[in-house]
Amino acid sequence: MRDALTEPLVAVEVGRPPAYQQVRSAVADIATLTRRELLIWLRNPAFIFFTIIQPVMFVLLFRYVFGGAIPVKVRGGYVNFLMPGIIAQSAAFASFGTAIALARQLQRGVIDRFRAMPMARSAVLLGRLSADTMRLVVTVLVILAVGYAVGFRFQNGFVAGVLMVLLAIVFGVVICTISGFVGLAIKDEESVGSFGLVWLFPLTFVSAAFVPIQSMPGWLQAFAKNQPVTTVIDEMRALALGGPLGLHAWQSALWLAGIAAVFVPLAVRAYRRAT
Amino acid sequence: MTTSGAQPTWDGPAVYVEGVHKSFGEVQALRGIDLVVERGHVLGLLGPNGAGKTTAVKVLTTLLAPDRGRALVEGRDVVRSPEAVREIIGLAGQSTAIQEELTGRENLEIMGRLYHLDAETRRRRAGELLERFDLGEAADRPTRGYSGGMQRRLDLALSLVSRPAVLFLDEPTTGLDPRSRLGMWEVIRELVSSGTTLLLTTQYLEEADELADEIVVIDHGKVIAAGTAQDLKNRVGGDVVEFHVVERDRTAEAVEAVRALSGSAPSVDADAGRVSIRVGGSGSSALVETVRRLDARSIHTEGLGVRRPSLEDVFLALTGHGAAEGDAPASQARRGRRSGRRS
Repeated sequence: MRDALTEPLVAVEVGRPPAYQQVRSAVADIATLTRRELLIWLRNPAFIFFTIIQPVMFVLLFRYVFGGAIPVKVRGGYVNFLMPGIIAQSAAFASFGTAIALARQLQRGVIDRFRAMPMARSAVLLGRLSADTMRLVVTVLVILAVGYAVGFRFQNGFVAGVLMVLLAIVFGVVICTISGFVGLAIKDEESVGSFGLVWLFPLTFVSAAFVPIQSMPGWLQAFAKNQPVTTVIDEMRALALGGPLGLHAWQSALWLAGIAAVFVPLAVRAYRRAT
Repeated sequence: MTTSGAQPTWDGPAVYVEGVHKSFGEVQALRGIDLVVERGHVLGLLGPNGAGKTTAVKVLTTLLAPDRGRALVEGRDVVRSPEAVREIIGLAGQSTAIQEELTGRENLEIMGRLYHLDAETRRRRAGELLERFDLGEAADRPTRGYSGGMQRRLDLALSLVSRPAVLFLDEPTTGLDPRSRLGMWEVIRELVSSGTTLLLTTQYLEEADELADEIVVIDHGKVIAAGTAQDLKNRVGGDVVEFHVVERDRTAEAVEAVRALSGSAPSVDADAGRVSIRVGGSGSSALVETVRRLDARSIHTEGLGVRRPSLEDVFLALTGHGAAEGDAPASQARRGRRSGRRS
């Protein structure tokens, strides 16, 4: 037996489980964390307000209060113009929950605790993202249902309608990567809540979401026309109401891929560093 | 996978730390720490805010990689086999794993899922832990409504779901009211009696004294003393008799009167007229003797009493400075403290 006092201690070598087992356990962990986040969401009235009641309020306000004053050249009138825009806007704002929850869990040490457990490193962020995607689906479908109740109709057939919903969800998920990064970088629930997401307002309001861009002053049009939210909304409108699909599709794909390419690594890095 | 009672496959100490350094920018949180915790023992890591306690725990729980040095938990290297370390450790304390929207039972069962326990085992384990930590009645209420003490107990329970071989508790009672603190001590003592290896950090000498077999005192990222609570107290000089002299100008005379009661010179705060004498283990007889001697010279005192040595005294004796102040500038100490906790 070696003498621990005179000879340096030699660490035990511990083999890692085979790759397929690691993947299987990571998938199980992601599923568990998704369940956990959804359960939290269901229990939290504020979260339900932000993801369901607030978007529905927006639909009703724009449809009935502002709608009459905003002239649009769209078949079916303003409500048909509005719905793709408001769905995109709500999808973007749903990422609020991602940022707040990450900042809060980081601040309270929940994430530290998860990281001291035998869990795939990616599980916390992926579990979060998968739960947030499900939330997004609920938000989008609820808004769509309310839209139908107040007169919105798809003009371009069922398949295009489904594609529009999918695009909205992908868009929301991509925005979640930005918000996730913001939440992880700021690490403070209150700060995130009060100013962490102000960038969402110009991005969604200075866009084609609620009014035709031509109604804005020239200097603002330049921004509004070329920013990703407008590109995505133009494509969603083309899918929902008919119109040329090609150009906006390419632009949207490039924008979304570009944002993800920047913010996924940033968020992962912020997550790795934060403790 | 982690299951009940991870079997250690090695004959060395449960925790072994050798020459660990860790800096955050310019702040050196750990400057060459050595620690050994034998299996089944309780080590109390004692030090003021910003001493490096939390950083040490983060290194041992694989949350931070050391800049230099080695740390082994049950022989598993925290840098080279972090996954293997995570399988056998539990962590609780300053951080919390509790999600306040969920009930105590839900929190525990989700933890069981994350440790890949089967449905039956996780249900049973949650029930056992709720019972054991006196949370049975509150089990199905959202934890938002739990008191501070209940939350700490639940959090401790969460760290035990996997039956860890080595448990790390980072300041488990900081911020608790005295009654909840006593309750927490009770729970920890029970845990220890069942053979868990425990490393506990604390700012309170009393807490280390109550719970730890061995105490390591750290300050500014270095170990400055190690031993049993008794060893440390002997180094401090045991009990302290303290009084204030009513007529300040007679302070020197009072010091003269009691000098012979202690091997070391009494410490004197002339402005306050306060005299403290380290009297070793013989607190009460020294107190009586003090009264007799002062009375013989008709020196009037107030606040005369005997007290246990505090962390303050330990630090004074070991480092020459108090626990609150450091020899570093205050701004640096603050920065170090923040890094220690959050970085």
